[in-house]
Amino acid sequence: MSASAISHTRGGLLRRIGLARVLLATYTGLFLFYTVVPIAVMIAFSFNQSPHNRVSLKWLGFTTKWYRNAFAIPDLTVAMGHSLEVAFVAMIVSVVLATPLALALARYRFKAKALTDIVIFADIAAPAVVVGASLLSLFLSLNLPRGLITIFIAHIAFDIAFAVVVIRARVSVLDRALDRAAADLGATPWVAFWTVTFPLILPGIIGAGLLAFALSIDDLIITSFVAGQTLTFPLWVYGAVKTGIPPQVFVLSTLIFAGGVLIALLNSGMAQRSKS
Amino acid sequence: MPYLLSLPSWLYLTVFFVVPLVAMLSMSLATGNPLVGYVFSWHFVEFARAVDHYWVQLVRSFWYGTLSTFLTLVLTYPVAYWIAFHGGRHKGTFLFLILLPFFVSFVIRTLAWQFLLSDQGLILGSLKSWGVLPEKTYLLSTSTAVIGGLVYNSVAYYVLPLYVALEKVDRRVVRAAGDLYASPAQAFWRVVLPLSAPGIFAGFLLVFVTNVGDFVNAALLGGPGTRMVGNIIQYNFFDAQDYPMAATLSSVLMFLLIVAIYLYARVFGTESIQEYAT
Repeated sequence: MSASAISHTRGGLLRRIGLARVLLATYTGLFLFYTVVPIAVMIAFSFNQSPHNRVSLKWLGFTTKWYRNAFAIPDLTVAMGHSLEVAFVAMIVSVVLATPLALALARYRFKAKALTDIVIFADIAAPAVVVGASLLSLFLSLNLPRGLITIFIAHIAFDIAFAVVVIRARVSVLDRALDRAAADLGATPWVAFWTVTFPLILPGIIGAGLLAFALSIDDLIITSFVAGQTLTFPLWVYGAVKTGIPPQVFVLSTLIFAGGVLIALLNSGMAQRSKS
Repeated sequence: MPYLLSLPSWLYLTVFFVVPLVAMLSMSLATGNPLVGYVFSWHFVEFARAVDHYWVQLVRSFWYGTLSTFLTLVLTYPVAYWIAFHGGRHKGTFLFLILLPFFVSFVIRTLAWQFLLSDQGLILGSLKSWGVLPEKTYLLSTSTAVIGGLVYNSVAYYVLPLYVALEKVDRRVVRAAGDLYASPAQAFWRVVLPLSAPGIFAGFLLVFVTNVGDFVNAALLGGPGTRMVGNIIQYNFFDAQDYPMAATLSSVLMFLLIVAIYLYARVFGTESIQEYAT
C-alpha cells in the first residue's frame, strides 16, 4: 500500500506514518551501502595497476595480473594454507566434541548442567584478549613451544562453545518419540543414534561446522597470542601493514569472499529445496 | 549417560579454558624476569602497578567500548526494525546483505577503512581536491577513526540479535496500543522498545566485550594517542616480555568487564541475562 493511498482513506496521522516508513526504508538503503563499501573497495583495488607490488591509494587502471600471480608470494601462500588447515581441523574436532555435549544438555537433566551452561556462556562471552592471554600464560608456564599445535588447541577451545549452542538448538526441536520408536522396534541406542537422531540433527551439525570454520579462518586476536613464529593469513596481513600491503592480499580475500558467498547461497538454496 | 556424553567436552574446556584462566591469574601474582623465569609469589603489588601505569588506556578502552556500542545500537536499531516489520518477502536477502562483511576477514575490513580514511584516500582525497576540506585535514590516528572502525566491525553483530528480538514482538500487542489511542511514537517507546530489550542486551554483550578488548582497530586506524588496553597487553607479552604485567592487565580487564555486565543487568533487569545464559 502506498503512502498516498493511506492518507486518502484515513487522514493525516497515517500520512505521517507513511513518511516515516519511507525515511526508514531510505535509511536502510544507505546503511546497506555503508556496509558494502569497504568490500567493494577491496574487490575494485584487487584489479588495480599498483606500482612496486604494493596496493596504491589511487586508481591507476584495470589489470588481472594480480590474479594471474595470486600465489606469487610464498610466505603469504603458506600463511593462507595454515589458515585453511587450522579452520578445517578446528571445525572437525570442535563438532565431534560438541555434538555429544549438545545432546546431553538438550535431552537430560543432570547436576552439572547449570555449571556446564555457565562455562559455555563464559567461553562465548570472554573477550578474545583474555582468552588469548590466558592460553599463552598456560603455554608459557608449561614451557610449551608455540606453533600450529597451540593454534589448533586455541581455536578448538573457542569453537566448541559456539558449536554446542548451534547443535543444541537443533536437538531441542526434535521429537523424542522418534528415538523411542526406534528403540521399540529393537534398535540399540547406538543404532538408533546413527540411523534416526544423527540424520535429523545433521543440518545443525553442518551449521555448527560452518560457523566454527568461519570463526577460525577470521580469528586474529586469539591467534596472535598463541601462534609463536607461525603465521596465518590474518596474522600475515596484520604484520605486513607497516611495510605496505601487496595486491595479492586483496586478491586472496576477494577469492575467499566469493567462495564464502557461493557456499552460503548454495546452502540456503538447498535448505529451500528441502522445504518445498 | 549425560555424564558420558559430556565428558570429552568437559575435559577439553577444563584443560584449555578454565585452567588457562587460573594460569593467567597465578602468572599475574608471579615475580621474576624473562631470563631467570617467573615464580609464583602472591605478588599483589603488580595490580597496583598495572592500574597506576595504564589507567589511561583502561579508561580509554571502556570509553571507546561504551561509545562504539551505543553508536552501533543507534545505527542498527532502525535497520533491524525496518527489516523485521517491513522487510516483507525479502527479509532474508536484506539480512544476507548485512552479513556480507562477515565473508571478508576482520583484518581486511579494517584495512579497507584505513585505505578509505587515509589522508589522500578515496574520501578525504576527493573532498580535498573538490576544495570542501582544507589540505591539512586528517582522520587516521584520531579517536574518531578508531571508534568508526569499531562501529563498522560490530554492526552485523548488533543487527542480528535486534532482528531476532523484534521479529518475536507480537504484532497484535502493537496494534492494541494503537487501539488504546497510543500515538505511533508512544507505541514504539512504551511497547516495541521494551519488548526488544533482550536483543539490545545480547547485542550489548557481544559488541561491548569485543570492542573493549580490541586492539586491531586501534593499531590500524589509531595512533599513539589512541592505544587501548589490548595494545598494552600485547606490548607487555611480546615486546617488553613482562608476562606478569600482561597477565595482570588481562585479569583486571576481565574483572572490570564482569562488573560492567553486572551493573548493566542491575540497571536494565536480569531476566534477559538469564534468557541468554541458558
